[in-house]
Formats: sequence, structure tokens, C-alpha cells
Amino acid sequence: MSEQMQNSTSAGTGKKILPVGHYRGLGVWTVVFFIFLYLPIVVLVFYSFNANRMVMNWGGFGIEWYVKAFQNDDIQKAVWNSLIVATVATLFSTAIATIGALVLARGGNFRGKTVSLGLITLPLMVPEIVTAVAVLIFFSAIGMNWGLVNVIIAHITFCIPFAFMPIRARLEGMDTSLEQAARDLYASEWETFRYVTVPLLMPGIVAGAMLAFVISMDDFIITLMVGGAGSTTLPVYIYSMIRRGLTPEINAVCTVLLFFSIAIVTAYWVVSRKSQTTAVH
Amino acid sequence: MSAWLPRSAAGKRWLGLAPSYFVIGIFMLVPMIIMGVFSFLEPNPYGGVKPVGSVAAYVKLLFEYDLEDNLVFNPGYINIIFRSFQLSFGATLMCLVFGFPVAYYITLQPESKRNFYIYLITIPFWTNLLIRTFAWIIILGRGGVIETPLLAAGIIEDSLRMMYTDGAIAIGLTYSYLPLMVLPIYASLEKLDFRLLEAASDLYATRLEVMTKVVIPLCKPGIIAGCLLVFIPCLGAFIAPNLLGGGKKLMLGSLVQFQFASARNWPFGAALSMLLLSAVVIMLIFYARSARKRADMEGA
Repeated sequence: MSEQMQNSTSAGTGKKILPVGHYRGLGVWTVVFFIFLYLPIVVLVFYSFNANRMVMNWGGFGIEWYVKAFQNDDIQKAVWNSLIVATVATLFSTAIATIGALVLARGGNFRGKTVSLGLITLPLMVPEIVTAVAVLIFFSAIGMNWGLVNVIIAHITFCIPFAFMPIRARLEGMDTSLEQAARDLYASEWETFRYVTVPLLMPGIVAGAMLAFVISMDDFIITLMVGGAGSTTLPVYIYSMIRRGLTPEINAVCTVLLFFSIAIVTAYWVVSRKSQTTAVH
Repeated sequence: MSAWLPRSAAGKRWLGLAPSYFVIGIFMLVPMIIMGVFSFLEPNPYGGVKPVGSVAAYVKLLFEYDLEDNLVFNPGYINIIFRSFQLSFGATLMCLVFGFPVAYYITLQPESKRNFYIYLITIPFWTNLLIRTFAWIIILGRGGVIETPLLAAGIIEDSLRMMYTDGAIAIGLTYSYLPLMVLPIYASLEKLDFRLLEAASDLYATRLEVMTKVVIPLCKPGIIAGCLLVFIPCLGAFIAPNLLGGGKKLMLGSLVQFQFASARNWPFGAALSMLLLSAVVIMLIFYARSARKRADMEGA
């Protein structure tokens, strides 16, 4: 549409006239915007190759801080904790979100639908610090102190809406005619679900699981408050490193975690774009 | 195969929703209620609470005891709360001014390019907030990326002392939540009918009027949603005030964390959380009301 407007308004004039709705400087503004958005990431990665002990004093190129980070036992332990928490939280939250989304997207209109939707998206609306405090108080009130299990339960809770959203979006974009056809061809309700609905829904489920995984891997404040001494995850460990003093080792660890997240989100992007095109046809 | 499933549609429905209700109900809703109860109890000096009812936590927001045990007004906490609102408001405004033109620019692009821009905006959002805020220490800090070249060129003679200021916190907050402003605005701009802009222009609206009287009113829902999505997490922010404010410039979020980590005054921390939660609930109610009013107007 914008191309049409460009043709209609700038035709026949020697001086370049901006078409209606276009404004000067928007492009430059956008470039500045993206520099602002990516500068910290570039700086972070750049300084991770600093050979000096002090982050901000450039002492030549080197990868020794990566080697040091990989050999650090505490970091290894934190990475394992993070992976365990994220994997378990992803499995549970995706399963819970999937059946919840099936009911809310396919169950028609029923009493309590709005309330149910509100409840599932509740963890998105409550500020993280409030969730953290509430869960901390809850575990202490019931006297439950199972280390990593506490952290996992908290993570399952706040990952549910993130897994839920792509699954519900996929379900709402899905054509029900294939399921009806299966029913017409004498497939039982279960068979229809197992062999038609689930395969069609799979890209949504995968996308939801990826988001849940990234969100769990990146969570800091809730884990910091809920987790005890033995349940340090990678972001919590990074925080303690920052408090102790800035070395390029922090940058090295951060860079690895950063590219890990970017890889998953990129995969999510590819999956969800593919699912958009297959859901329509 | 499905013999164990309930027969009725309603039964299946609630069976499907039961796990969500169970997990979020038990581990989020119930904890928030307990938090409310805790805010009305007395603190235990070693953390936790004593089962004695008290409104001391809420009194502490406004008053303190002086040496002779008299209640005197103490503006300390009110100042922190006020600063939290101020900084959150500033960051939201910066996000809006910075983000709106970008959302608009993306809408003008052909569709294939638009998706790529959106991808570029979402990437930082999905990466770790702690890491992104830490990067700002290297940029703003003493001898950091901004200062070093300026010092070397002789433009400045001493450190600019950008870290540990309200400005540093505001930049950190703006940076943290900028994508949350751009995405909803873009979503509402995407639905904009560009023929309306041409109609306005044909009816002698100036460029500025096309923007202020056509585009902005039509994407108001997106702007409001974006502002809320930025303002709410800013208000409860912990990482930016902690890392960029050096823990001395407190905001509500860091004050809450402090009550549990160091001060060991759980009821006060719970009371502060309740305050934060109420502010969020009030904003969401206003938002829902304005959305409903708009829907009614469009329906009429």
C-alpha cells in the first residue's frame, strides 16, 4: 500500500515530496533506536574477549576468560541447576498449558471462561517481585524447604502463561474441518485427538515450550528470593559475580547465555512462522 | 481408551482446566492471600512473623518512633515510593517517545521486512534482563565506553559520574522494557487503514494534523497498552535500581527485596508488596474499563 501512495504523490514533481503518512527522519530515528537496543549486547560480547583482569581496561584480545569460566565448578553447578529447573518447568507448564488452551479455545462459551483466562494469565500481570515475595512467604508458612523443588514449582507457575499463548494462538488459527472429517470417517474422539489435533497443534506446543524454557532460564528475581543456598541457578550466580567485582569472566558467561537464548528464540521464530503458514491452509 | 474421561462436556472442560487452576491457584493466588495476612502480623527479628495481629507494617510506611517512643512522621519510605512512580513514569514516557516513531516506521515497510524488524525488537526482550542491565554498567560506568573516549579526547576532564544516579536507573528501565512499548503500538498501527490518512490530507489536514488527529487517536489502545506494559514492571523493578542505582537509590522493588534479604522485616515487605499489587490492580481496572467503554462505542 505504501508503494502505491509513493507513486501517486511523488509522480510528476521534480523535488521529492514525501507521500501522505510518511515523515522525515523516521528512518534515522529507527536506526538510532536499533543502535540503542543492540549497543549493550555488542559491548558485552566485545569485552568478553578482553585479556585484562578489569573489564573496562582493554588488555588485548583473548579467550582466556571463556576457558576460566568453563573450568569454574560453581558455574558448572549453576548451569546444571538452571538446565534441570528449566527442563522440568517446561515439561510441566507446557502440558498444563496445552490442555488448558484446548478447553479455552475449543470448549465454546461457558461460564467461568473469562475468569479461567484471567487466572492463567495472572502470572503475567503481577509484578515479578510480588510473585517472588508471595511464593517465598508461602513456602515458609507451610514449612516446605526442598531446595530446587521449591524453585521448580515457582517456575512452573510463571511459565504457564508463556507456554499457553502460542498454543492458544495456534488452536484459534487452526481449521476444524480436518477434525470433522476424521469424525465423519468413524474415528473415535480419542483417535481424532491423537492423530489429527495433536499433530496439527504440534508447532504451537513446540513454540510454547521454547518460550517457557527461555523464560525459566532467564528468571532471576524469583529464583533469588525462593531459592536457598544449594539451588543457585546461572542468573543468580551471575548476580553474585557482579556484586563481587567486574571481571571479563562475567562477560564470557553472559555471552554464552545470551547466544543460547538468541538461538532458542530464533528457532521459535522459525517454528511459529512455519506454523502460521500451515495453519491457514 | 477414553473410558476414564468424564462423559459430559462440562466435566471434560473442568478436568482440562483443573491443572491450571491447581498450580496457579495453590502456588500464586493462595500465596498472595497469605502475603496479605502476613502484612498484618508482627515481625520476627530473625525473619518470618509472630502470630500477633498488628498494623505496624502499614504505620511504618508513614511514621517512625523517635527516641522517646513517640510516633513522628517519616517521609523516607514515601519518598522512595514517590521516586518509584516518578522514575517509572519517566521511563514510560521515554519508551513512548522513542518507541512510537519506530513502530510507525515499521508499519510503513513492506510485509516481508516488517516481520524481520519485529524479530530484531523481540530478541533483546527474550535475553536475560540481568545481563542486559549489567552491560549498561560497562557503558555508563567510570572508565566505561562513554567516558573513556571523551576523557582521551580531552572533552571532559573528570568522570561524568553517570552511574548510581536516577538518570542511570531511568536509562536502564527504558532499555529493559522498550520492546513492550513498541510491540502493542505496532499491533494497533498494523490495523490502521492508510486511506484515512489520505482522506484527511485531501481535506486539507497538515502533516502534523494527520498524525495528531488521525493516526494517534486510532492507535490509542496500543499506546495505552504499551504504557501499562512498561509502567507496571518498572514500578516493581529490582535489577535496574540495584545495579545502576548501586543499591542506594532505592525503588519499591528493591526496597521489598531488602526487607527479606537484609532487614528481616517480613510484614513490612509484605505490606510494601500489597501496596505495589494494589497500584497494579487499580491500573488494570482502569484499563479494562476504558477498553470496555471503547468497545461499547464501537458497537453502538
